[in-house]
Amino acid sequence: MPPAPTDSLTPPIGIDPTAPAPARRGGTPWRQRLRETGPIAGLVLLCIAGTLLNPDFATWDNAMNVLTRTAFIGIIAVGMSFVIISGGIDLSVGSMAALIAGCMILVMNALAPHIGSPVTAVLLGMAVALVLGASFGLAHGLLITKGRIEPFIVTLGTLGIFRAYLTYFANGGAITLDGTLSDVYSPVYYASWLGIPVPIWVFAAMALAGAFLLNRTRYGRYVQAIGSNEQVARYSAVAVDRVKILTYVLLGCCVAVATLLYVPRLGSASPTTGLLWELEAIAAVIVGGTALKGGEGRILGTVIGAVLLSVISNLLNLTSIISVYLNAAVQGFVIIIVAFLQRGRR
Amino acid sequence: MDRRLFSAIALAACALCSTASFADTKPVMGVSVPAATHGWTGGVVYWANRTKAELEKQYPGMKVFVKTAGSATEQANQIQDLQTVNKIDTLVILPFESAPLTKPVAQVKGKGVFVTVVDRGLTDPGAQDAYVAGDNPGFGKVAAEYMAKAMGGKGNLVILRGIPTVIDNQRVDAFNEVMKANPGIKVLDAKHGNWNRDDAFKVMQDYLTRFKQIDAVWASDDDMAVGVQKAIEQAKRSDVKLVVGGAGSKDYIKKVMDGDKIVSADVTYAPSMIADAMKMTAEARASGKPMAASTIIPSVLVTKDNAAKYYFPDSPH
Repeated sequence: MPPAPTDSLTPPIGIDPTAPAPARRGGTPWRQRLRETGPIAGLVLLCIAGTLLNPDFATWDNAMNVLTRTAFIGIIAVGMSFVIISGGIDLSVGSMAALIAGCMILVMNALAPHIGSPVTAVLLGMAVALVLGASFGLAHGLLITKGRIEPFIVTLGTLGIFRAYLTYFANGGAITLDGTLSDVYSPVYYASWLGIPVPIWVFAAMALAGAFLLNRTRYGRYVQAIGSNEQVARYSAVAVDRVKILTYVLLGCCVAVATLLYVPRLGSASPTTGLLWELEAIAAVIVGGTALKGGEGRILGTVIGAVLLSVISNLLNLTSIISVYLNAAVQGFVIIIVAFLQRGRR
Repeated sequence: MDRRLFSAIALAACALCSTASFADTKPVMGVSVPAATHGWTGGVVYWANRTKAELEKQYPGMKVFVKTAGSATEQANQIQDLQTVNKIDTLVILPFESAPLTKPVAQVKGKGVFVTVVDRGLTDPGAQDAYVAGDNPGFGKVAAEYMAKAMGGKGNLVILRGIPTVIDNQRVDAFNEVMKANPGIKVLDAKHGNWNRDDAFKVMQDYLTRFKQIDAVWASDDDMAVGVQKAIEQAKRSDVKLVVGGAGSKDYIKKVMDGDKIVSADVTYAPSMIADAMKMTAEARASGKPMAASTIIPSVLVTKDNAAKYYFPDSPH
């Protein structure tokens, strides 16, 4: 169907992939600067407060603990950034992580006796996880683009489906990795390289790759263009459906990678695995300065957002000045304050 | 064609009559429990189904319907359905939450259904005929007494709490009550691990960063104990000599049974209480004798000596 004449006359604002980001209308320079430094300023303030409250906060070991535990949410949030920037959303990531973890453990437990080498079994399990993550993402993408269902609804549906299947496989209990496999696999979470735990390296690599993909490739610019104005992107011959499907596949792979790091930590998956991860990942993306309506965002911001969220709970655990019943409130206040600092144009 | 239709209707009518008369004489029990969303509720569902089979064998003609619900609202609808569709005359219910289910249960009871409430008491005791529950204060007390003794009355201790609920408060209050009588033991802090392995792992990591000497951990739940032990292992800390979980999951009972150095005891809060409640109710209904208004199933200390009695390898919990 040919586009309506008025639409074709609309200048394609913000979709020229080679032009630098257009100046933000109505945003004064200081505000824009605050916008970009808001999350990092929040993080720095929080860290100063933390050090004053408890000197143990500023130790190397604690920093490594916090960054390691951020890795799961952080890696998922990197993938989530792409989905949100393209104007989509995925509510199922927590359940997806749980189901992938469960399937992966079941596969490894089943294969180990037949293969003999536990290392091969673990590697096969990891491959299964990645394939599952990519296929779940592909299913989401197809339902959303070809099936033309709202991403909120598709992923709300799979949120329930994934967790229910995990609960079913686990019989309501926990799926646990067998002893020898667990020993072989545990270095993936617990080992360090150059004094820095493996999950932090993986997190850093994923974040760098994500930032490169978003800012330095044509694909990344298409993602931003679609989130900015899908119609205009479509008329500019961007393969909108394909780009969108790929964002969900990418997120599925990120969830799988996060799961690869998660499983060796406790060696088990239960119906509480990954509970509310979707909200934490979305919060990290938004706190990091990505617009929920899509169109623009920064991977570095997402990383800072994810670290910020886990620093808050770390700090609350290291001190007892606030009633434990108010922990969630503190996190809520910080999210709102940081979002306020980096609020953009209306 | 007509004849076939007629005979089908006649057959259906017959079937209806026979089930109706059947329901009048034989007890029909509805069992409503929360869906298996974590280890303990998984155990409840397992025991409910297992007991259903036992009861139907033991009392020929008795029908038992086991239903699980994902939320309080769903459970309220479910017991209505059990009453109107399945025509139950006996209800055994483990309420999702006390307050929202009090009215729906009272309604069912008003229609002549015998109601046994399990674990979480309703806000209006008039809505139930019998009450069967675990012993939450006892759960904290038994753990505290064992730990105080094992620690020789002195040392540093940290607590991981569950999800903020009445149950959790009762347990922790009773635990602290015992610790007050042991001034040599210092309770360093008590934070919520939400009966969740991952949350417990994080809370324990931060305890280990914050406190240089921790002698014992009351994880107050076997799922949380898993996270606690992983965190200790990762930090390579050898100061923690004792980790006590709770609720008697098969993995932790096994550890106690095998004489684990760190996990030397567990405290029961058995999901099988649903089985006890179903059996007691069935017996009272079959024999016509009244059932005790309130039955408390004590929380028992499990040590190496008696662990075998509490080990159920088939249970998912």
